[in-house]
Amino acid sequence: MDVRLTPEQAALRDSAAQVASRLGVHAVADLEDGERAAKLEAAVVASGWRELRTRAEDGGPWASAVEVAIVAEELARGLADAPFLGPTMAADLRRLAGAAPSADAETILVRPDLGGPAHGAGDGGVAGPAVALDARGASRALLVPATVGDAGSPHRIGAVALALAPDDAGRRGHGVDLTRPSADVAAHAPVRPLDGESHGLADDDCARWLSLGLAVACADLVGTMSGALTLAADYARTRRQYGVAIGSFQAVQHMLADALVALEGSRSIALHAAWAVDALPARDALAAASAAKAYCARAGRSVCETAIQVHGGIGNTWECLAHVFLRRAVLSAEIFGGVGASLARVLAARGLGDGDGLR
Amino acid sequence: MDFADSADEREFRLRLRSWLASHTPGLPPSSTADEYWDGQAAWHQTLYDAGFFGLSWPKEVGGHGLPAVYDVILDEELIAAGAPPRPSVGYLVQGLLEHGNAAVQQRFLPGLVSGRDRWCQGFSEPDAGSDLASLRTRAVRDGDEFVITGHKVWTSYSDAAEWCLVLARTDPDVPKHRGISAFAVPMRQLGIAQRPLKMINGITREFGEVDFDGARVDAANMIGEPGEGWRLAMTVVSHEREPGELGYVARYGKLVNELVRTVDADPSAYGPEPRRDLAWALVETEMLRCHVSRRLSDRLDGITHGPEGSVDKLLMTEAEQAVGHAALSVGGIAPSDEVDDTWLRVYLYSRAQSVMGGTSQIQRNLIAQRILELPAP
Repeated sequence: MDVRLTPEQAALRDSAAQVASRLGVHAVADLEDGERAAKLEAAVVASGWRELRTRAEDGGPWASAVEVAIVAEELARGLADAPFLGPTMAADLRRLAGAAPSADAETILVRPDLGGPAHGAGDGGVAGPAVALDARGASRALLVPATVGDAGSPHRIGAVALALAPDDAGRRGHGVDLTRPSADVAAHAPVRPLDGESHGLADDDCARWLSLGLAVACADLVGTMSGALTLAADYARTRRQYGVAIGSFQAVQHMLADALVALEGSRSIALHAAWAVDALPARDALAAASAAKAYCARAGRSVCETAIQVHGGIGNTWECLAHVFLRRAVLSAEIFGGVGASLARVLAARGLGDGDGLR
Repeated sequence: MDFADSADEREFRLRLRSWLASHTPGLPPSSTADEYWDGQAAWHQTLYDAGFFGLSWPKEVGGHGLPAVYDVILDEELIAAGAPPRPSVGYLVQGLLEHGNAAVQQRFLPGLVSGRDRWCQGFSEPDAGSDLASLRTRAVRDGDEFVITGHKVWTSYSDAAEWCLVLARTDPDVPKHRGISAFAVPMRQLGIAQRPLKMINGITREFGEVDFDGARVDAANMIGEPGEGWRLAMTVVSHEREPGELGYVARYGKLVNELVRTVDADPSAYGPEPRRDLAWALVETEMLRCHVSRRLSDRLDGITHGPEGSVDKLLMTEAEQAVGHAALSVGGIAPSDEVDDTWLRVYLYSRAQSVMGGTSQIQRNLIAQRILELPAP
């Protein structure tokens, strides 16, 4: 056992941190800066990070979920508003199904509560209303049409076309997360098979894919918490009341200390979940990811709420960056199941109840 | 980045697992019954004699010189076997390793590591709790000896200990942090009286208070230099805050497994609330296991302890108190003497975790000022 990052992983972390720090969102006004956003998109495209889960010669992904988590954390810390989770999950789904990588920008389709993948219906369309996650610039969203977890035939994947202009989503008012816009997809939207060869997914593949989604969401939460805590601690060192920095007050110190503790616990359990995706049997990987998701989802909201509280009145205004972190956290918290669903899966993994299965 | 065993670690794990299969004592859950403390010394010696204790400590003092991550394997296998946790003496070992000279280490560490010598820790006093540096116990030189007078409290295992690591003021004329020295004081002598403290869960064998009334200690038993006591105390308490040093992952893992079995034996008896509390206990225990793996991996870089120990202490407290809440919720409140109150005692014991080794309030102060670099009040 040695859970330190390898030199290569540390280098990946540093380069992702550099891109996010140079081109991410560091003020609310940056969200409207199209030139910056285009530069960020170009840097992410050039990095190859979205291809980490495409197929290598041995059939496995080019990189493990640990590398994916490292990038996700750094992009979230800098509030990067270029897609990563969506295209990464779409690429992994194509790999698992034996489909060729896509030349077009893709993401994934989930239920409206984000708690699991969207389902297909018998009419060849989407079973109900659905949501394309992290959809900026995506022309297609992949889904697993059969009810995942059903015994019997493997699950075939398909795609729904998204009618978004590449720059349409992501402006003010396009969903909770101002950095990762979602796109609504209507019930019965037609599902088309993927071009070329592909096969279905076994239950274990589905569980592993869900584990990856949970692990990436956890890493995103860790980065989001870290960015929010840095913002709040910086403010507490500079904002003065009663003639002193508010960070000298014990009440403020204890809130921020608790936030750091929540962040460090999250980092440890999220790291393990990311490792487990490719290293443990699929069921154990899903159990590890579910435990991490419960912990990180609770911590993420709490830490970002603290960041707002430390900022006082300013923290409740649109122009303070704190709510951009909170918004990103509450979206990540629900991806593939929030606190309640994750706790149910944790119990199910110990033989207590059926959780919500893999749905 | 790999949580999996290396080949050597795997071999060690299987050897340990095989040994535990026939050597696990049937002690009650730790810290819920005096019988646990009666059996704990024998468990320490058995574990040590089989070659499974002191894994990361130097061979010269009875350890095995292995990387610290072996302690994670030990904790995991103790949980799986339903065995008691490893003895929590690591913080004393680290204090002696860091501050004791070669003679002190050779004299005291082998007995401490093997469990042949029992130790207690004389730090806190009735008027020196969080403000430990204001302690008033005095040590006055008298020829080749020091004479110790004062009153210590929250002294774990004072009833069974042969030795006490005592902090005493040797120089009243310098600022309070600089006038303190540390001694290994023999407990079995005239001039020392100890009394048990009955804790809120009814146990009497863990904590005590100790009166030193002219107790004598050889000057050669001073640990470190005169005036080094405060730095030694900071070394000891910082390790006392580390779940990786204490082995508490195994304590929580064993308890939570027993709670899972309790619910599994009668599923219809447990509604959404106890199940939710149990799920959080599982999550928190898993978090702490992962966190200890991370911290002990960092030791491969030679990092031993720093202000991050306060983060670890609060995570350990969060985990223990989540297990405590699950114990209360699943085990019930035992309204009459007719009902087994083991789980109630687990819950009540968990309240001490946010006090012992430095209160949670003090840990938050340390985190805010030393890690987040917020200004001092």
